Amino acid sequence: MITGREAILGRIREALKLSAPMPGDHGPSTDAVPVHSHGPAGSPAEIRDWLPSVGKNWEENAQLFARNSADLKTTFLRVPTVAAAHQALKELAASEKWARVAFHQTPLISGAVSSLGLTSFETKADYDVNELERCDVGISACDALIAQTGTILLTATSGGGRALSVLPPHHVVIATRDQLLPDLSSGYELLARVYGKAYPSFITLITGPSRTGDIERILVLGAHGPKKLTVVLIEE
Amino acid sequence: MNATVSSFLKDAKRVSADLRHRSLIQNALKGYLVKRDEKKAQFQDWQHARQTAAEIKWDAINHLDKYLAQFADNAEANGAKVFWASTADEAREYILDVAKKHSVKSIIKSKTMTGEEIHLGQALEKAHIRVVESDLGELIVQLREEPPYHIVFPSMHLSRHEISDLFQKKLGSEPTDQPEELTMIARRAIRGEYIKADMGISGANFAVAETGMISITENEGNARLSTGLPKVHVAICGIEKIVPRMEHLALFLPMLATAGAGQALTCYNSLIGGPRQRGEVDGPEEFHIVLLDNSRSALLADPEQRDALHCIRCGACLNVCPIFKNVGGHTYGTTYSGPIGSVITPHLRGLQQWKHLSQASSLCGACTETCPVKINLHHHLLHNRRNAVSESAPFIEKIAMKIFAQVATKPKLFEILSVLARFGDFFLGLVRNTVLDPLGAWTKTRSFPNSAPKNFKEMWRERAAKKEEAKR
Repeated sequence: MITGREAILGRIREALKLSAPMPGDHGPSTDAVPVHSHGPAGSPAEIRDWLPSVGKNWEENAQLFARNSADLKTTFLRVPTVAAAHQALKELAASEKWARVAFHQTPLISGAVSSLGLTSFETKADYDVNELERCDVGISACDALIAQTGTILLTATSGGGRALSVLPPHHVVIATRDQLLPDLSSGYELLARVYGKAYPSFITLITGPSRTGDIERILVLGAHGPKKLTVVLIEE
Repeated sequence: MNATVSSFLKDAKRVSADLRHRSLIQNALKGYLVKRDEKKAQFQDWQHARQTAAEIKWDAINHLDKYLAQFADNAEANGAKVFWASTADEAREYILDVAKKHSVKSIIKSKTMTGEEIHLGQALEKAHIRVVESDLGELIVQLREEPPYHIVFPSMHLSRHEISDLFQKKLGSEPTDQPEELTMIARRAIRGEYIKADMGISGANFAVAETGMISITENEGNARLSTGLPKVHVAICGIEKIVPRMEHLALFLPMLATAGAGQALTCYNSLIGGPRQRGEVDGPEEFHIVLLDNSRSALLADPEQRDALHCIRCGACLNVCPIFKNVGGHTYGTTYSGPIGSVITPHLRGLQQWKHLSQASSLCGACTETCPVKINLHHHLLHNRRNAVSESAPFIEKIAMKIFAQVATKPKLFEILSVLARFGDFFLGLVRNTVLDPLGAWTKTRSFPNSAPKNFKEMWRERAAKKEEAKR
């Protein structure tokens, strides 16, 4: 019996016996094929040349991340030390009236959460999602911050699972100096370096708080995910 | 005239005269165009980005057998269950089987056009499984029991008042004219469903061959919740969604967001590569990927139009199309509307029944110009027209062309008829705007040119005579 796989791959191979023209090669009205000096199409070097430009050094990228955050309505806090990060979180907890804080176990995150002295809930294996739903905030680490788009890169491993960063109404990310990357291509290079071939089952790029424009294309924050997103970058 | 044509004509006529519809669509798209141009301008080189994106998709589609097998092998190695569905029926049956195996009572769904294509929602409801749509726009059209209006903005044809009325009736909410409050009503209504659901269903925007992962693009967070919380996740993915390498997403994700919604990057771009792995704290126990052909391989077999499979479903061609803006998304009667829908629907569902969509075009080329992966859209509309005629030309047109060939190749006959045409103007004037007008379908909305008072030969003879006179 022919399996679905063989049937579909068979049809595809049959179809591909005729070759198709290269893109940009179809008629006078489209743009001529540009000549590019890079290797095969889609190398990171080539992609970097077309995408929005980024800063030349760490400080410029931090400023770019700040501009993109403002545009996205992400709160971006630059703090000099871990102690200052704890202080910033305390102020946030007071102004937002947090009662229950969800977090995951890493030295950086656990330290910050215990300094708050609030009821806390840790997402560890087989946690109760109803408990997480009752939390006011989810505090997580990340793999990287991407200046180009004001994006947080995190995975099931670095971000305390899949739900911690999306279910509570406020997501707070604590990042360190070396985690700020210039662009998306650097983000994928980092993933390959850190995880190799054993990628976590979930990787996400978070760009601003949850949003929708489905009603008359008017922007509303907090559609289903967090209404608020705060990034605390420790500069030391 | 078949039923699809007559309903297209009827709806097109009604919607294009509907001023309320026009102002809603124009308003929605005005904001989109401003934002899109702003984000496009931030690219160092948008045109080269398009070319690179087209070349990557060309490579993927023209080696689809290799990449698809690689994707499936890697996904299975990650613990995903891959099902290869040749048809919509096979895909639906498989998903129903998975639901039955797990005694699923309630499903949370995040917007999937491929799911729309195979009419999955209806099949599940028929099996008495509760399906709740979590995407706001998609939820709105589901509550109205109508298909999505647009592949990216499903409810762009509705005003806040209509949505408020709908929520009042279906969700029992208080009336409001604030989009913010309406969004929160939906948020509250869906929140508990994520936790309650036994199964989550999503689509896929990209399938990465190198790692066997699918990539899902969204703004609301509903896809993350629908795929992350239930015990079982099923993703439906067209076989054309392949990109070879993960690093290619660094190009495609910003281009999809820019072209599709005027954003630098969509709020959440998530890669899912299997069920919960050892050492992870949450995630589904089972992850299924349904790879759907459903006639995509027939489109692949047409090298001339193969690049239509490069489509990343950004909806940009709909947003700039004068036909789409006037007749509206529902008039097409197809899952995929606008220029890309007009190009691919005849391949997916039959040329003779859907060829009229390729006629509904001004061939202005705005779609081709805006397409982020450089699909030659408006030429493909012409290709469909040509193919439809060569398959079966309308009888009247065949006769008319034969008569014209006779007339045009006989100078005497041509001249006599061109003189007689002037009398034709007079008779046409008598029947204009009546049922007797043979050009009625054309002249209802356009003026028909009168024949010239003198034909070319007459003018030539007069000119020669004048020259002769001047010489003398």
